[in-house]
Amino acid sequence: MSTADTPVQLQQLYQDIILDHYKHPRGSGLREPFDGESQQYNPACGDEIKLRVRLAGGKIADVSYEALGCSISQAAASVLHEQVIGAGVSDAMKMFDSFAELMASRGQLEPDEDALGDGIAFAGVSKYPARVKCALLGWAAFKAATVAALAADVKG
Amino acid sequence: MTSTGIGKTDQPQTPGSSMPLDTAAIRADFPILTRTVRDGKPLVYLDSGATSQRPHQVLDAERSFLEEHNAAVHRGAHQLAEEATDAYEAARERIASFVGVGADEVVFTKNATEAINLVAYSMSNATAVRDPAAAAFEVVPGDEIVITEAEHHANLVPWQELCARTGATLRWYGVTDDGRIDLDSLQLSPRTKLVAFTHQSNVTGAISPVNELVTRARQVGALVLLDACQSVPNAPVNFAELGVDFAVFSGHKMLGPSGIGVLYGRRELLEAMPPFLTGGSMIELVRMERTTYAPPPQRFEAGVPMTSQAVGLGAAVDYLCAVGMDRVAAHERTLTERTLAGLEAIAGVQIVGPTRMVNRGGTVAFTIDGVHPHDAGQVLDSLGIAVRVGHHCAWPLHRRLGIQASIRATFALYNTTAEVDQLLAGVRKAQRFFGVRGSAEVKQQVSTR
Ligand SMILES: Cc1ncc(COP(=O)(O)O)c(C=O)c1O
Repeated sequence: MSTADTPVQLQQLYQDIILDHYKHPRGSGLREPFDGESQQYNPACGDEIKLRVRLAGGKIADVSYEALGCSISQAAASVLHEQVIGAGVSDAMKMFDSFAELMASRGQLEPDEDALGDGIAFAGVSKYPARVKCALLGWAAFKAATVAALAADVKG
Repeated sequence: MTSTGIGKTDQPQTPGSSMPLDTAAIRADFPILTRTVRDGKPLVYLDSGATSQRPHQVLDAERSFLEEHNAAVHRGAHQLAEEATDAYEAARERIASFVGVGADEVVFTKNATEAINLVAYSMSNATAVRDPAAAAFEVVPGDEIVITEAEHHANLVPWQELCARTGATLRWYGVTDDGRIDLDSLQLSPRTKLVAFTHQSNVTGAISPVNELVTRARQVGALVLLDACQSVPNAPVNFAELGVDFAVFSGHKMLGPSGIGVLYGRRELLEAMPPFLTGGSMIELVRMERTTYAPPPQRFEAGVPMTSQAVGLGAAVDYLCAVGMDRVAAHERTLTERTLAGLEAIAGVQIVGPTRMVNRGGTVAFTIDGVHPHDAGQVLDSLGIAVRVGHHCAWPLHRRLGIQASIRATFALYNTTAEVDQLLAGVRKAQRFFGVRGSAEVKQQVSTR
């Protein structure tokens, strides 16, 4: 993919993990049943994602999604899928917070692999403010869908 | 006479107006073009359609106005107030003559977006107040506002909102597959109050058939508003000859400052039109019960206006006139042709919009199979090349053309053929980086060196 004359910045941004998730998205496609759903847009570029969450016993049982967008947003959704499934809801929300904190860091934060898993590959994205929204699109949908799922749980 | 209004002018012609531009000399006037970006890459600025860079003549004019003449215009009788008012009004005159209209027909606004909103809100004010003198601007339920599917959001959302406020219906001309306004897609009706459309698309570069659209609007007695944001900076344009009622453009896209835009309105119309913003400077007589308004253009310039920006835009117009808009247009045409040919020769690249230079300006949008525009833009940025990626504030047009986003290169008089070649090389680089086919199987051998 990258060649010898590829600027270093580009290599730092597009880590192999990101490109791999982009080419081979894990868990993509919308699945039933689900407990909460959210659709998010990036008004700057028209990217969009629809994401569903299924809960079982206080844990994230499935995250399914359909994403239309750039490599960063697609890869972020794929990494998210891998990371949160099986996690408790509050742990998953903590992952969201850590990832959001990393994205807001303008490249100044040492990413925590224990908290973020493959998510650390996105550290370079935080240096490009215009791309942060791309990385967060799937996470924003995940948070909203989970909140919706919990609300439905309380009601139903 | 062309049917588009771009390419004819009574602007002062410089001697030797067929001479190609000396881009090296022009570039020397633009301080920002010497800087580097992303770790030492020379800046290749191909985003002038979003905002253009300013020559030192414009920066100097702003600075010297502020250092020597700054005061609130049209207020006070001291010497600085006089000088500032003169500078402001002299700029208005030069800007008006640049687009072939009278100074009293030029209203300064913050930008083109505000200029369009000014007309839209004046129309709803006319509707609310129901002054018989402003009946031409009233919009009632059942009336129609007509736009096109190719519009920038600035010439779309204000009309949606006007319709929502008044109960009028928004209708639009569709767009053909190559991004041109489809004249067969809509018939105007006697209820059409206004037809608003872009002179040159900020995505496809397509130049609209202004004469035909004006003729159709006239047949049903509708007003015409022209969004000239992308035409005025790049070619000679004369609003009087075009016969439109209103036209708008932004200073920051034509080597001028940000914070200044222009609304042109035909004299009789501005005279009859109620104000949008009200307050100081736009009044004739104020009593506690009631106020009468100043004649245009002051009626539409409430409050202390932007001044150094107006002076700066005057200097930008002087700069463009000194170069000659015909030469600017010819130069950008050369760059556009080279870009189109170069992109066409790369397998896996799709040009969005017309691929030939017929009724087409210097905006080239494209997509690369297998590379999202955002990612392509990132690769170009890493090489120092600034382009716009996304939907360029024309989301419905992208949706219509079946794409989510595109990459857009736009040109100004300071761009060079070498920069075009760097863009083309950058596109190939993006293909290689993302491992998509295309760069290897070049459709035909082109020399871009
Ligand atoms: C065709 C067109 N119309 C309207 C606008 C709005 O201009 P501004 O943002 O300066 O108001 C732009 C540029 O952004 C444009 O390209």
